[in-house]
Amino acid sequence: MGKLATITRRTFLIGSAAIAGGVAFGTYLYKRPVDNPLQKDLTDGEAAITPYVKISPDGITLITPRADKGQGAYSIQAHLLAEELDIDPNTATISPGLPGPAYYNSAILTEGLSFPAYDNSTLAENMRSFMAVPARLFAMQLTGGSSTVPDGFIRMRMAGAVARETLKAAAALRTGISRAQLQTENGRVILPDGTSLPYTELAADAATLEPVTEVALRPASEWTRLGKPMPRIDMPAKCTGTEKYGIDLEVEGMVYAAVRANPGIGGTMESFDATAATTMRGVHKVIPIKHGVAVIADNTWRAWRAANKIDITWGAAPYPANTDEIFARIESVIDQEEHRDHRNRDDGEVQSSLDSGDILEATYKVPYLAHAPMEPMNAIVLVKDDSCVIWTGTQIPLFVRDHAAKITGLDAEQVLVHVQPMGGSFGHKLEDTHVLQAVEIAVAMRDTPVKLVWSREEDMTHDYPRPGAIAKGRGKVVNGQVDTFDLSVGQSAMAPNWFGRLMGMSLPGPDQTITTGSWDQPFAIPNYRVTGYRAPEMVPVSSWRSVGASGNGFMHDTLLDELIHSAGADPLAERIRLCNDDTSLKVLEKVGEISAWDGPSIEANRGRGVAFCLSFGVPVAIVTEVTHTDHGIRIDSVFAVVDVGEVLDPVNLEAQVSGGLLFGMAHAMNCETTYENHAAQQNNFHAFEGMRLYQTPKIEVVALTNASKIRGIGEPGLPPAAPSLGNAIFAATGQRLREMPFNKHIDFI
Amino acid sequence: MQIKVNNETLEVDVEPEMPLLWVLRDELGITGPKYGCGIAQCGACTVHINGLATRSCQLAIGDLGDREVTTIEGLGNPDSLHAVQQAWIEHQVAQCGYCQSGQIMQAASLLSSNPQPSDDVIDAAMSGNLCRCGTYPRIRTAVKTAAKKLAES
Ligand code: FES
Ligand code: FES
Repeated sequence: MGKLATITRRTFLIGSAAIAGGVAFGTYLYKRPVDNPLQKDLTDGEAAITPYVKISPDGITLITPRADKGQGAYSIQAHLLAEELDIDPNTATISPGLPGPAYYNSAILTEGLSFPAYDNSTLAENMRSFMAVPARLFAMQLTGGSSTVPDGFIRMRMAGAVARETLKAAAALRTGISRAQLQTENGRVILPDGTSLPYTELAADAATLEPVTEVALRPASEWTRLGKPMPRIDMPAKCTGTEKYGIDLEVEGMVYAAVRANPGIGGTMESFDATAATTMRGVHKVIPIKHGVAVIADNTWRAWRAANKIDITWGAAPYPANTDEIFARIESVIDQEEHRDHRNRDDGEVQSSLDSGDILEATYKVPYLAHAPMEPMNAIVLVKDDSCVIWTGTQIPLFVRDHAAKITGLDAEQVLVHVQPMGGSFGHKLEDTHVLQAVEIAVAMRDTPVKLVWSREEDMTHDYPRPGAIAKGRGKVVNGQVDTFDLSVGQSAMAPNWFGRLMGMSLPGPDQTITTGSWDQPFAIPNYRVTGYRAPEMVPVSSWRSVGASGNGFMHDTLLDELIHSAGADPLAERIRLCNDDTSLKVLEKVGEISAWDGPSIEANRGRGVAFCLSFGVPVAIVTEVTHTDHGIRIDSVFAVVDVGEVLDPVNLEAQVSGGLLFGMAHAMNCETTYENHAAQQNNFHAFEGMRLYQTPKIEVVALTNASKIRGIGEPGLPPAAPSLGNAIFAATGQRLREMPFNKHIDFI
Repeated sequence: MQIKVNNETLEVDVEPEMPLLWVLRDELGITGPKYGCGIAQCGACTVHINGLATRSCQLAIGDLGDREVTTIEGLGNPDSLHAVQQAWIEHQVAQCGYCQSGQIMQAASLLSSNPQPSDDVIDAAMSGNLCRCGTYPRIRTAVKTAAKKLAES
């Protein structure tokens, strides 16, 4: 942890500022104080701070800038602050704050570097801390990449500690008792005689003091909240229907909008006839927007109903019309030098090894996939002459703000984004097309708030999916051991495509996401090569839970499993033998232990498969057990072992790992997004079912803490899930699955 | 027309074909029932009609008649939780939480007709409710805990 601390401390300082009646504690960025998000609350001269804690006579507010899309981010951020502040986070107001660049996410860009996450060499460390600078340049207050915990682990506890000590200093001044003799507990400073002063009464005094910044963070052994099960703060609301998601908000006087945009994403609208729609009950207006048409009505259902009655002629979209053509283009770049994007792994002599002996060859394929969170995209926007206010669930509030400023012609400071809790995202809410449509409509409806909700059909046909990919694998075994492993992955570049939409400019250089989850695995195979080939931009694509590793985890581990099988070795033992990272090795050993691994076959028609993937710095090994029944494959049990360095909340960790691996298996079973006539064919859950409760296996999760850095766990559980399932099916049936979804080749119960 | 929701009689002026879900959400501001698919595939919109779990996206308001609607808001609230809600909180079931109103209403309806469901019955009764976050293992456990709580009370 020492190393992490030095890196983070170099880039921020904790300080305080006076606010109306009280005090705020937070970070000063030491290079250039970027615009302050709470400037609307603070007066001039106090604007250099990015607060995490605000205390006033009325109460305590904890500011949790990383968005909550279901992973428990608000809750964990509040607990990080509360651990050092000594308050019960359930008694505080939790607010995402207003977005501001000072909440930049220093952790997220570090995974895009070409050092494997297990490489802690000085060069790798320097590069990772250097990446905090571009993150700030891009002003990314974005949530993703399992970065919330690594990013806030030091910073938020420091803010809590500085606040606590400064409040104690205020109490010391008032009582004449030295700060060292004061304790804190439950939002109060405790005096030696047992009497106490609430923080809320000390806030105004604390605002006049120099903040106490010489504080030491408590060691894990002294934690009272972190490291133990922490009931999620949002749980009661989510179990009583009282949590307000963006889709549930009502702003006084609002109207309801529906859109129909070209289902060929980015295609034009040639013409439309809204005669039937405009006369329908509740319809105020029908207006053309970019790529489509919008209906404004007096409720959601009426708006949708009218939108479906509009006759529209669409123009073609700027990519091949159907899935076969798209995959043909992907396949055509593989092993073509002029399309090589990067080769980050090239150990030994792969080429010459492949020139002789028995070569195993196989082709793997992963489909395009929509995100389809349960809550469809929605936004409420109010545009006035001098302001634009937006309420929406988003992982990218600053991009939303800047894009809205551009459309409305307002300054960025005149745009306010209120981030709402999200009913899932999986990467979907790293996009803002729906918000921009709502802004466009709100410009036409000036002074009236407009609520836009995408129907499920609109949502799934306008999803920027996980890119499809094809990989060609080759390899060789020598003396019962894996000797040569060569994987060539072809895919459209995701990161530049996504950045292009957000930044209006592409990202230069190679796109690591083509091979993340393949090139960076901790195995010492003598001849080991992974190459990424870049297919042209086609369907616009984006991040999907676990990003590049979602497909690469499957392709890499399945090839490895095939080679191990042809070597006649035990799948777990050979992975352990090849593994050259100690933390990963222990994860593999542990999964063998908890699954009582004794080989891939269990009994007739039953088998088990193991898979491993290191992603977002977290090594994860999964063993899956299946039965081949008369009605298809039944997934019986799953054992997962992860290493996150430090477990902040074991209960939420288990939920995230289980949820991630089930997400991986669900899509591996039966989901894909295909295109016909430029349009996504799966437009609702009947055609994109995923997993249902009766198909859900028993799951056991164990978290180890041998890693030197703390890591987030929202994504890493996913990548090894599909290959462990495929490997288990192979063990049970002898049928090797090289293409997802698996139900193209085998039935599930 | 008049409809009975959570023990109140409310007046709405809508076309008879409007689905109950949208009457609740947009006309009455009762937002516990969620929209997920609109085609009976996800269960996020589940409410009770005379105590029986029903997909409110599929029920035209004109077909409701004088039957009583209960939404999650009428099942229990943060100060007075239903046994199913208590069990859900105890097991920390929700992740994004968006599907959970529907899951809880489905489970409550199951337990009122079958207080001691077997594992197979739970699996069958709960499988029409999608959860994209993958909270199924905890849903299974929480339904059993809720059954115990109801039996004890
Ligand atoms: S919204 Fe009614 S079942 Fe999905
Ligand atoms: S908790 Fe997110 S969909 Fe179920």
